[in-house]
Amino acid sequence: MSSGLPLWEVFIRGRRGLSHQHVGSVHASDAEMALRNARDLYTRRGEGVSIWVVPAASVSASSPDEKEPFFDPAGDKVYRHPTFYRIPEGVKNL
Amino acid sequence: MTAEARTQDVPELQERFDGLIAADERIEPRDWMPEAYRKTLVRQIAQHAHSEIIGMQPEGNWITRAPSLRRKAILLAKVQDEAGHGLYLYAAAETLGVDRADLLDALHNGRQKYSSIFNYPTLTWADIGAVGWLVDGAAIINQIPLQRCSYGPYARAMVRICKEESFHQRQGFELLHDLSHGTPEQHAMAQDALDRWWWPSLMMFGPPDAESSHSAQSMAWRIKRHSNDELRQRFVDISVPQAEALGLTIPDPDLRWNEERGHYDFGVIDWTEFQEILAGNGPCNRQRVATRVQAHEDGEWVRQAALAYAAKHSDGERDVAAA
Repeated sequence: MSSGLPLWEVFIRGRRGLSHQHVGSVHASDAEMALRNARDLYTRRGEGVSIWVVPAASVSASSPDEKEPFFDPAGDKVYRHPTFYRIPEGVKNL
Repeated sequence: MTAEARTQDVPELQERFDGLIAADERIEPRDWMPEAYRKTLVRQIAQHAHSEIIGMQPEGNWITRAPSLRRKAILLAKVQDEAGHGLYLYAAAETLGVDRADLLDALHNGRQKYSSIFNYPTLTWADIGAVGWLVDGAAIINQIPLQRCSYGPYARAMVRICKEESFHQRQGFELLHDLSHGTPEQHAMAQDALDRWWWPSLMMFGPPDAESSHSAQSMAWRIKRHSNDELRQRFVDISVPQAEALGLTIPDPDLRWNEERGHYDFGVIDWTEFQEILAGNGPCNRQRVATRVQAHEDGEWVRQAALAYAAKHSDGERDVAAA
């Protein structure tokens, strides 16, 4: 009895000035239906001014961090943070 | 991704998982997790989702007979919310690698359950008030701690749901308050609804702690944060003054304030009734599932037509691209 409507990931801009944020998913046969379903499901109380829908199968994701070296490059570069630097006492606006 | 995980050392993965739980961090969809944790979540989230959509039936029953346009619009919005809550939860369940269609099959053929409260009938208009005030009230108390559940997508769905539930409970309370302060017949109708819905609402928190089969492990995994009896007590303590404000009497002769405990004592729950309903012998079990299956089957041609339209449409696009 499975109808197999594809899965879409839904992203919503809450208001102008904010970026889109992932809120969940819907099933729909095409993008237009996915947008309408997402509107009915995720913005019943005016939670959005713009919606993106993306076929779930099109999302590529990094692996979870099970001892993964993927995020390692950032691990040993503390000098990328402003707090790494010694500044003489009293110097302002820096 | 699970194949990848299997090539890694399971004890190490388990240690990492345990560490995240102990640190009160969230587990996210692509993280390694013990199979039993995944299964428990699928069972619980699916059952929760099923409860939301089956819960549309006892209330949908009164939409056409709501006594005013205002009440009708409110009830319609509430029933739509229940559908929405079901869909948030099915979406959360699907992040665990199951298919919504399979979960619906499991609901339809009885392999998965829904909250037994929805196997009671809504006999009068006052029942719509009692369902909002008590059933949604009990659901809120169950759901608030679930906003901090260890599984991220479930916790996030609960945040959305809790925000919306508070309208559900308040509209029910207002409805009952109006009836209770109306004519003597309306007052009697409100009291009758409370008489019938009070004890089933207390059962919504599940069996007593001593007999709850899944509780200890779920607490350890931080899926669950409070015991059934703790939440039930909280519900009683909150509801007693609300019933007073409504001018209605809770149908429990043993209900009284216990100064020493700082809580209300209440009477013994008839768990045989609960077990009977779980076993499928409640007043509406068969009707609820039959209505659900019928709705699903009646919608099949729509889903097929939508898929056919999408297929045709995307072929057209390809033709244009090729030309």
